[in-house]
Amino acid sequence: MSGIHDFTLASARDALKSRKISAVELTNAHIDAIERLDGQLNSFITRTPDQAREGAKVADEALAKGEGGRLCGIPLGIKDLFCTNGVRTTAASKILGNFVPPYESTVTANLLKDGAVFLGKLNLDEFAMGSANLNSAFGPAVNPWKRKDSDAKLVPGGSSGGSAAAVAAGLVLGATGTDTGGSIRQPAAFTGIAGIKPTYGRCSRFGTIAFASSLDQAGPMARNLQDCAILLESMAGFDPRDSTSVDTPVPNYEASLKRGVKGLRVGIPKEYHVEGMPAEIEALWQQGMNWLRDAGAEIVEVSLPHTKYGLPTYYIAALAEASSNLARYDGLRFGERVSAPSLDGLYEASRAAGFGEEVKRRILIGTHVLSSGYYDAYYLRAQKVRTLIQQDFLKAFENVDVLLTPTAPSGAFAQDEKPTDPVQMYLNDVFTVPASMAGVPALSVPAGLDARGVPLGLQLIGKFFDEETLIAAGHAIEQAAAFHHRPTIHAGVSA
Amino acid sequence: MSYRITGNTGEWEIVVGLEVHAQVVSEAKLFSGASAEYGGEPNTHVSLVDAGFPGMLPVLNQECVAQAVRTGLGLEAEINLFSRFDRKNYFYADLPTGYQISQFAHPIIGKGKVLVDLADGSTREIGVTRLHLEQDAGKSIHDQDPTRSFIDLNRAGVALMEIVSEPDIRSPEEAGAYLRKLRQILRYIGTCDGNMEEGSMRADVNVSVRKPGETDYRTRCEIKNVNSIRFVMMAIEVEAQRQIEIWEAGGTVDQETRLFDHVRSETRSLRSKEDAHDYRYFPDPDLLPLVIEQSWVDELKAALPELPEAKRARLEAEYGVSRYESSVLCVEQAIADFYETVARGADARLAANWMLGDFFAALNRTGRSIEDSPVSAEGLRELLGLISNSTINGKIAKEVLEDMVETGDSASVIVERKGLRQVTDTGAIESAIRDILAANNDKVEEYKSGKDKLFGFFVGQTMKAMKGKGNPALVNETLKKLLSE
Repeated sequence: MSGIHDFTLASARDALKSRKISAVELTNAHIDAIERLDGQLNSFITRTPDQAREGAKVADEALAKGEGGRLCGIPLGIKDLFCTNGVRTTAASKILGNFVPPYESTVTANLLKDGAVFLGKLNLDEFAMGSANLNSAFGPAVNPWKRKDSDAKLVPGGSSGGSAAAVAAGLVLGATGTDTGGSIRQPAAFTGIAGIKPTYGRCSRFGTIAFASSLDQAGPMARNLQDCAILLESMAGFDPRDSTSVDTPVPNYEASLKRGVKGLRVGIPKEYHVEGMPAEIEALWQQGMNWLRDAGAEIVEVSLPHTKYGLPTYYIAALAEASSNLARYDGLRFGERVSAPSLDGLYEASRAAGFGEEVKRRILIGTHVLSSGYYDAYYLRAQKVRTLIQQDFLKAFENVDVLLTPTAPSGAFAQDEKPTDPVQMYLNDVFTVPASMAGVPALSVPAGLDARGVPLGLQLIGKFFDEETLIAAGHAIEQAAAFHHRPTIHAGVSA
Repeated sequence: MSYRITGNTGEWEIVVGLEVHAQVVSEAKLFSGASAEYGGEPNTHVSLVDAGFPGMLPVLNQECVAQAVRTGLGLEAEINLFSRFDRKNYFYADLPTGYQISQFAHPIIGKGKVLVDLADGSTREIGVTRLHLEQDAGKSIHDQDPTRSFIDLNRAGVALMEIVSEPDIRSPEEAGAYLRKLRQILRYIGTCDGNMEEGSMRADVNVSVRKPGETDYRTRCEIKNVNSIRFVMMAIEVEAQRQIEIWEAGGTVDQETRLFDHVRSETRSLRSKEDAHDYRYFPDPDLLPLVIEQSWVDELKAALPELPEAKRARLEAEYGVSRYESSVLCVEQAIADFYETVARGADARLAANWMLGDFFAALNRTGRSIEDSPVSAEGLRELLGLISNSTINGKIAKEVLEDMVETGDSASVIVERKGLRQVTDTGAIESAIRDILAANNDKVEEYKSGKDKLFGFFVGQTMKAMKGKGNPALVNETLKKLLSE
């Protein structure tokens, strides 16, 4: 029996347009689901049911007149890294306190302009720093999936863990994420949903709290690529308030789903066969190649020789920027100020109390790599290697249209299996980081379950501003994989 | 003569380089739309970008870039078509983002020069190392409350040009001349108002000393934020003296940042090299490299106003004024414009004389600037015309000018109202002189027996009797004639 929670974003949109359902009904059903299930998932930091109902009412009025934007009446969740006018924005950190922005990020403003309804602000790793959503000042978000044989709480991935959990559990029809080194793709893979990290510059960064400015990119997370395509079309676009946003037209991404992959050249980067990768990941990857070949694509081995430098380079470049970007949180203007007899003392005490462990670790590393005497060896060299990584991709794309890789080296792990060595944790990003470093677009689609019944994702990486080919190829995998599994915790009737 | 300071061990030479922070004349700040206007109630010219709110991004103000390029052209400097903005990281309460956006590795302007005029009439060329754009910080106010500091972010993010000179300056006088010339150029181009009292121009002064003939530089100290030309000159002198005393006592000068206290006429250590900040410069990832087109630079160059050096040369050639006169007339563009308005259609040399003399004196007396001069250029030209066509003499003209300043009436109106037309009637002059000579028989005798100096006395008496209106040439001529009778 199909119910209100079986809607995808696309089918809900169509049902709203044809007035089969009202926006208020749709929104109320999601608010109910959040109230019912989010106690287990902790995917929301701030819920905004009143604002959502108000928005739904306005949407219904527009829909009744045959008006309304492409997202009119669609209930979404917003990663709590996007500043939202009049709604507390935390970055999952204590240091911002009860900061209520008097402005709206460009991405969320675009969604609102298209009629979307916001259900609230979603959990994440503090300042988007993490791969398991365990680094949130508001407690970890929990993966709605369980292993077949265990009730252990699994991580939803990170940093957009709350977004991934909420989408997977059917608490929202779609969500915004941000991706700096894999923060959309890895949690999407961990929770069996789709997510797109667009080309750097595709979505404006204005009003999104910065982690690493040269890498941060907003993107959609939803249950399938059609939904992601609809969201991306709304989120993307040139913004004169972001000097790094690119002035190029936003295509009809939804239309690209129908393109097919006949004759498409799909590259398999040989360096991604990393040591110690579980056999089931290798097998899934091979399965992906087969699916694409069967759909008419050509599989070609390519080389990205600087892949192995991706992670260390990323953790230098990103953290250098982060150390500077987070300097503004000093206890003077936001959050709790810890008094001290001197200004430096106030900074130290406020930042010590306000930032979590992982954020502090990253600020320290970032500060170190920019320090006099270390700058050349770390930061400058990392910038050079970054250029080489980018050239790897450009060269590969002379020969192929997209690249296919696993999204993550494993499925979701349990909270208590968190590696004690932070570097081990960073390995989660090994497949996602290179595309971020190059600035090229990439996505993750659910492709199957591991032996313990936890979802796994495949990653596709595309050419600059060629999200359309990426979506077409991703959709071919979606169709072949026919991933219809549902997590244990889900708003709708279990499949 | 080279400037030297004499110590116990002999003569010392000073070596000075200046880093001038000049506030760019622009409507908005360097990276935000907030007003860059001076003053205003605290924290009223502040955007969310300036206040460092989460997710706010800088967007470069192209007008500030144009101003930097114009200034570079005025300094005959290399214009770098590629430049880049870096972050200079440090924590301070009036720096909301925790970093200042500046151009560290790739400034927009490279090597240039400034020609300075010295009192002895000589000219020196001071090299400019670079000019870069950067943001100003806010203002911390520590003296309004015993336990709290206040922050005013009105200045935070305002565009500054940091203009760095080569260590080419060898005397306090040269430092002063450099700053005056630089300010003059900036004002001509309209890129900085040069107002040091309001802080729109301030200087960091790098000072070291060495023995004449030494080719290497000794350790320098940087004196921060000196806010008047006079203080810069004083600071150089006292700092050089301090360093000489250290060297002569067998010590070594430590590289450090110092402050100048003009009340006590000394410099004090602010922080040593060891305490120097590690600014962790790196390219600002929120901004793309700044790439400009040569054609745009050419357009800006074509639209540049006439610069001081060129204007001065032209005034000398066109109006026959002296080098000294032209340099004074060119101090400000408005003065030169005023002069040219007067000089066109009047005796240009006479115009220069009057501008430098009675006219400036009148401005000083009334405390007015050239822009709101109580006498217009046209008014002054009319007055000078009355001298040239012998309607009044120079002495009367001074009186008329004073009346013009006071009443705002035109020169001809005043001359008519007061009946100041000079007397050219030889009969009237002769009769006045005869009366004077008759009343001063004794003096006439003395004169005739060789006391020539008395001639002036007779002129004075005659003019006095004629209430200053006698035509001086006719008075002289007639006096000579009658005295030789």
